Amino acid sequence: MLKIENVKRLGSEQLETLFVENGYIKGWNLNDTAEQTLDGRGGTVIPALIELHAHLREPGQTEKEDLASGLAAAAAGGYGTVVSMPNTSPVVDDPSIVRALIEKADGLGLARLRPAAALTKGQSGKELAELALLKDAGAVMFTDDGRTNEDARMLRLGLEYAHSLGLMVSVHAEDATLRADGVMNEGPVSEALGLPGNPAAAEAARVARDIEIAAFTGARLHVQHLSTARALDLVREAKKRGVPVTCEVCPHHLTLTDEALRSFDALYKVAPPLRTQADADALLAGLLDGTVDCLSTDHAPHTRAEKERDLLEAPFGIAYIELAFPLMVTRFADTLGVERIVNLMTSAPARLMGWDEPNLTEGAPADFTVVDLDTERVVDPSTFKSKAKHTPWAGETLRGWPTLTVVGGRVAFERA
Amino acid sequence: MNARPRHLLDFDDYTPERLGAILDNADVMRAVLDRPVKKVPALQGLTVCTAFFENSTRTRTSFELAARRMSADVLSFAAGSSSVSKGESLRDTIETLTAYKVDAFIVRHHASGAAHLVAKYSGKPVINAGDGRRAHPTQALLDAYTIRRELGSLEGKNVTIIGDVRHSRVARSNAQLLPMLGANVTLCGPATLLPRDLAHLPGVKLTTNAQDAVTGADAVMALRLQGERMNGGYLGSLQEYIREYQVNDALLARASDDAIVLHPGPMNRDVEISSAAADGPRSRILQQVENGQAIRMSVLYHLLVGRA
Repeated sequence: MLKIENVKRLGSEQLETLFVENGYIKGWNLNDTAEQTLDGRGGTVIPALIELHAHLREPGQTEKEDLASGLAAAAAGGYGTVVSMPNTSPVVDDPSIVRALIEKADGLGLARLRPAAALTKGQSGKELAELALLKDAGAVMFTDDGRTNEDARMLRLGLEYAHSLGLMVSVHAEDATLRADGVMNEGPVSEALGLPGNPAAAEAARVARDIEIAAFTGARLHVQHLSTARALDLVREAKKRGVPVTCEVCPHHLTLTDEALRSFDALYKVAPPLRTQADADALLAGLLDGTVDCLSTDHAPHTRAEKERDLLEAPFGIAYIELAFPLMVTRFADTLGVERIVNLMTSAPARLMGWDEPNLTEGAPADFTVVDLDTERVVDPSTFKSKAKHTPWAGETLRGWPTLTVVGGRVAFERA
Repeated sequence: MNARPRHLLDFDDYTPERLGAILDNADVMRAVLDRPVKKVPALQGLTVCTAFFENSTRTRTSFELAARRMSADVLSFAAGSSSVSKGESLRDTIETLTAYKVDAFIVRHHASGAAHLVAKYSGKPVINAGDGRRAHPTQALLDAYTIRRELGSLEGKNVTIIGDVRHSRVARSNAQLLPMLGANVTLCGPATLLPRDLAHLPGVKLTTNAQDAVTGADAVMALRLQGERMNGGYLGSLQEYIREYQVNDALLARASDDAIVLHPGPMNRDVEISSAAADGPRSRILQQVENGQAIRMSVLYHLLVGRA
């Protein structure tokens, strides 16, 4: 038995004690003894966060991240479950890789790993992967993320097949030919900086196409990391028509704009790119009106040397799974409310995946995190568990930091 | 006047007064170049590194001569023959060169913003000798200087830049600099090579009609059309481009009577500019080259004397 003293439930100021046994929540404020007692230090207990979109880089690119560092980073960020993207080397398109990843992650005792598998073999977009076998091996979602689904017919077939298995297909919705060699949002800033632009239309055009495919197949389509106002409008209209489409946005698209590229710092080079303030405002409105289904980070670690290259050569991606929750709380508690933010990072992704919605009542799995909603801390990348110890928010003061993450009744992270 | 900027990366940190002082100083440098002994001791004891990550003979020669005429030592680094071709990062290369006790960098790179990174990693004054599509500030300064010398002033002058604006750092730098000095800039080219978003720059107009663009112009600058634009699908054919956008006598007939013709070089003769226009009485293309050395001496003086 484990008990956590001095914790609050969300929305309450009352200090309580939470009891955990055999990986499940035993109850609150019980008159029971425990082998281990932890001090929650007045923090608020929320269900452990669920990440639907993280790059953990294993196998093959472990100099950027591996399961141990990535899942430790996730736990430090308050996450109990992580869906990893399959664009590794080799690609996760084989049941044996899925099994190996799950087995290794299970032994780590950090955040839970739920691998996504490739929709097509080698993510080549040419041949469906063995979706049924991948599902049996433990894959929870199919995606060719990292690549775009250029062949519309293959996407159609993949959606139909995955739907028959009850699993979701998520898409990196960008027309690669329209994106061309763009390294940042196309607009006045890219032209002033002389950098090749990626137009908002590259996303909108692809979202429009994919919505039509979802509409006529009836299969569930999930649009990843939506970044533009126009694409969001397309999702909004599609939902009104009853098309089975959902979408996620990432905190970096809510909090940064293409103006950040004026620094020429490749930390800000992401795909899809940072857009304009109008786009960021539209995404926030989409969160408020429910068009956006959930938040994800697209945690995409790279080595420091790679991110210190020039903007044409540096790879795309920001790694910040450890900051996502405090970033959202600090910037958006006033507009969205903490409860909504928690929902967008816990129940909402669980619903999308068809998983049981997390809760903190007796008998529920003991996956929870204690967050300190009040104390401000300065972002210090040297303390990151992730191998990527560089971030656009270094030196910023945030609140809402996770202090304790419990996964399956085991302590996966405790902040000193 | 505001504090002297540490670098010349673009014109973001510069005031019109500061830019005017650099142009004025170039007059002094030109006088040096007309002397029998074309050398002054201004940068004696300083080492200037030309770090060229992209090939360039003309700009590099111009900078190195400018530095030598000011008595600086010159360390010449070419990425093609160096460890960069073995995969060394920009940061490592620059930190190594900085360890040689270089006092300033002159940087050319294929990526926009690379000069900013060199400034960040070296901590030394950096002159941008062309980064990607972004900026080529000394080229714009020498263009401005040439126009001012030939026409007496930049104030109210109409400068038309025709060609592949999309990929041109020369066009971007001129579109930033010339309006700061009082000139009006018209950028012209086929729509595929003329990004709409450049219309956001102050004092800059865009048009795809070369005849309109040149009408009443006081200076007409042709930009180099690179062969690979054809493969990129930007143009229907070279012949069509020549018909619509070549700077030639027929087009120049629409310009003001004393209009001058400029080209940043190297030229594709009879593509973006006719030989007749390039060699004709309006052409100031060779004067640009000469003025370039004076401008680069002036910039080096401005950034380094009494500082490094």
